Amino acid sequence: MATAFSATLPLHGSQENRLLLPPTRLAPPPPSSSFLGSTRSLPIRSLNHAHASRRSPVFAVQEVVKDKKKPTNSLLITKEEGLVLYEDMILGRSFEDMCAQMYYRGKMFGFVHLYNGQEAVSTGFIKLLTQSDSVVSTYRDHVHALSKGVSARAVMSELFGKVTGCCRGQGGSMHMFSKEHNVLGGFAFIGEGIPVATGAAFTSKYKREVLKQDCEDVTVAFFGDGTCNNGQFYECLNMAALYKLPIIFVVENNLWAIGMSHLRSTSDPEIWKKGPAFGMPGVHVDGMDVLKVREVAKEAVGRARRGEGPTLVECETYRFRGHSLADPDELRDAAEKAKYAARDPITALKKYLVENKLANEGELKSIEKKIDELVEEAVEFADASPQPGRSQLLENVFADPKGFGIGPDGRYRCEDPKFTEGTAQV
Amino acid sequence: MWGILRQRAVVDGGLSLRRTRSALVSARSYAAGSKEMTVRDALNSAIDEEMSADPKVFVMGEEVGQYQGAYKITKGLLEKYGPERVYDTPITEAGFTGIGVGAAYAGLKPVVEFMTFNFSMQAIDHIINSAAKSNYMSAGQINVPIVFRGPNGAAAGVGAQHSQCYAAWYASVPGLKVLAPYSAEDARGLLKAAIRDPDPVVFLENELLYGESFPISEEALDSSFCLPIGKAKIEREGKDVTIVTFSKMVGFALKAAEKLAEEGISAEVINLRSIRPLDRATINASVRKTSRLVTVEEGFPQHGVCAEICASVVEESFSYLDAPVERIAGADVPMPYAANLERLALPQVEDIVRAAKRACYRSK
Repeated sequence: MATAFSATLPLHGSQENRLLLPPTRLAPPPPSSSFLGSTRSLPIRSLNHAHASRRSPVFAVQEVVKDKKKPTNSLLITKEEGLVLYEDMILGRSFEDMCAQMYYRGKMFGFVHLYNGQEAVSTGFIKLLTQSDSVVSTYRDHVHALSKGVSARAVMSELFGKVTGCCRGQGGSMHMFSKEHNVLGGFAFIGEGIPVATGAAFTSKYKREVLKQDCEDVTVAFFGDGTCNNGQFYECLNMAALYKLPIIFVVENNLWAIGMSHLRSTSDPEIWKKGPAFGMPGVHVDGMDVLKVREVAKEAVGRARRGEGPTLVECETYRFRGHSLADPDELRDAAEKAKYAARDPITALKKYLVENKLANEGELKSIEKKIDELVEEAVEFADASPQPGRSQLLENVFADPKGFGIGPDGRYRCEDPKFTEGTAQV
Repeated sequence: MWGILRQRAVVDGGLSLRRTRSALVSARSYAAGSKEMTVRDALNSAIDEEMSADPKVFVMGEEVGQYQGAYKITKGLLEKYGPERVYDTPITEAGFTGIGVGAAYAGLKPVVEFMTFNFSMQAIDHIINSAAKSNYMSAGQINVPIVFRGPNGAAAGVGAQHSQCYAAWYASVPGLKVLAPYSAEDARGLLKAAIRDPDPVVFLENELLYGESFPISEEALDSSFCLPIGKAKIEREGKDVTIVTFSKMVGFALKAAEKLAEEGISAEVINLRSIRPLDRATINASVRKTSRLVTVEEGFPQHGVCAEICASVVEESFSYLDAPVERIAGADVPMPYAANLERLALPQVEDIVRAAKRACYRSK
C-alpha cells in the first residue's frame, strides 16, 4: 500500500498545507524490505554481545510457525492468529463506538479520546506481547488497555467513574493503569509516558544485569506525531540507545494533533528518520494494515528481547473521529477522511482472511456478534456498579496508609525490624 | 571509624538473616568525646548503606559517578557499586527523572539527584504528575518508591536562577513527602527513611550545610537507623516563644535563641524535619505552651511554608495566642548577586531576634 510519504499519494490533506511545505521535501519511496527507512548504516559502537546469543523462547514459537508455513503457503498468519487479531480490532472499534454513545447520553464525562481507525497499531503490537511486558500510552489509551488484557467491563466502569473500574474510578479515561496486565498508564501530558516507558525498560535491563533475574520483558511506548516535537522524546531516544534498553517507541502518526497538522508543526515530518540520528533503526510502516504492523513489530520486539536495543517505529495511521468527543473536527478535509476510511484496517483484515480462505464470513460475523454482546454487557455492568464510597476520596494518596511513614500495623515503619532488614556492609 | 552492627544476609530473594553482632571498635577512644560527622558524610553513608542493603536501590543523576558527585555526596559509590548502579546521566532532567519514575513503577528504588532543585523545574511534570499522583490515579496499584534529592535554597552568590527554595511548591502537592534535614543525624535518618519509603519523597538538602559538622550519636551511626517521617524535633526547649523553622534556618534560630536567652527570653526552637506531612501536633502543642509563634524560612514569602504554619496555628490554637503570629521569609525578589544585597534578601539571626522580641512585646 502506498505510504503517506511516497510520491504517488498527495502529501497534504488540504491546499493550505501544500503551500507551506517547501518543494524539496518529497522523499524517495522507502525500500520494500521489512525494515524500511534506515538507508544508511547505523553508527553502532562495538557492542557487548553477551545478550545477542540469548534466544527468547517466545520467538522459538514464532519461528516454528513461520518455518512450518513457508513450504505450503506464504501467508503471514495462521487462522487462529487471524481470528485473534480480528477479534481484538473489532473489540477496540465496538468499544470506542459505544463510548461515543455513552458520552452523548451523559454516562461518561470529561475528556474522552477515541481510537477509531488506529486499531491496527494497537493490535499489531500488543498481541505479540506477554503479560509481563509493559505498555505505556497517552490519553488515547482505552484500546491499548483492552488489547493488553484489561477486561472491557473494567475499562467501561472506569470510564463511568464506578468503583468496579480498573482504577476504582479514580483515574478516568486518560489514566488507565493495570498492575496485573502491566499497563503503566494513561498520561494526559504528551511525552510524559515516554520517559516512564524508558524507565520500565531500564528496569528489565537492571533486573537482568544487577539483580541477575531472568527477565526478557520489553516495553512498548505509544505516542503521537505531536509528541515527536517534544524535548522528552529526544531525551529518551538518546538514553534508550545509550543504555540499549529493551523498548520500542511506536509513533501513531495520525497527521493531526488536535487541530494542528503534523506538516505545519514539524520541520522534517518524517519521524522515522529521527531514530538513526540517535543510533537506533527507524522504521516507517503502513499503520492501517495490521499484518504489516505485526511483521515490523515482530522484528522490533525481537531486537529488544535479544538485547539489541530500542527501535523507533512510525506507523502511518488515522483517527476517524475528532481528537476527543468535544472536538468539532472542522479542520480536517473530508477528502482526506474519506481516503483513510477506505483503508479501514478492519475491512482490510476481513478481506485478507476471506480471500485467503482463513475464515469465512459466518465465523467473522459470529465474532462481531460476540463482541457486541460483550460490550453491551460491559455497559450494563458499569451502569449497575456503584459509585465509589465517600471514604475513597482520601485513600491511596500514599502507599503507606497514613503517609507519616506509618506501616499497616500503625507503627512507624522505621521502628519495624522488618523495615530494616538486609545487609549493610560499610 | 565508628561502631556498627554487622549483619549478614542472603540478598537475592531468599531472606535468611543471620545477625552476627560484632561492634568494630574505632581507632579513636571513646573518652575523646562524642563523634562528629559532616552532613555530606552523613548523606553519603546513608546512601551507601541503603544501596548495600537493597540491590534494587540505585543512584541516577548528573555527575554522580565519575565526578564523585557535584557536591561529593555520592563520593566513592561508583567504585563500590559499579556503573550499573550509579548512573551518570546526560543533561536531561525531564528524561532521566521520568526514567526514574518508570523504574519505580516497575519495582526498583531509584535515588534521583538534581544538581540543585532549581533544575528540578525541568522535571517537575514527572515529580508531580507521574510520581506524586500515580498511587491515587491507579487506586493503589502502582506505588512509586522514589527519592528526589539535591541541594535546595540559597547558596553563596549563585544568583537568581540557582537560589530558589522549593519547599512550598512541593509541599503543596498531595502524594509527595517532603523532607528537609538540618543536622547530620537528620540527614542520615531521614534519607534512610526516604529510600525505604514506598512513596515519592522530595529530599531538600542545603548546600551550605554540607560541610558543617554535627555531633552524632552511636544510635544514629547504626545501619538500621531511621527517623520517622512527619515528626518534628524540638531542638531547644523554651517557654516564652516558639520558633519554627527548617533546614539552614534552624542553625540561625538556635543562634537567635542564644541571643534571646541573654535578654531573658526563653525560646523554643522546633526543627520541622518534615514539611509534608507537617507535624501540626508538635507545633500547636508548643504554641499552646508558649503562646507566641515565630516562623522562619528562606523561601519567598507569599504562599510559603510559614504561611501554612501560621494558618494552622491560627486555626487550631487561636485562643492560646498572646501575640500575632510572626513570619520571616526571604525577600520577595529574585535573589540578587551582590553579596550585601544577598545578605539583605535572606533572613538573618538579627531578624529572628527582632521578630521574637516583637512577639514578646519588647521593643528593643
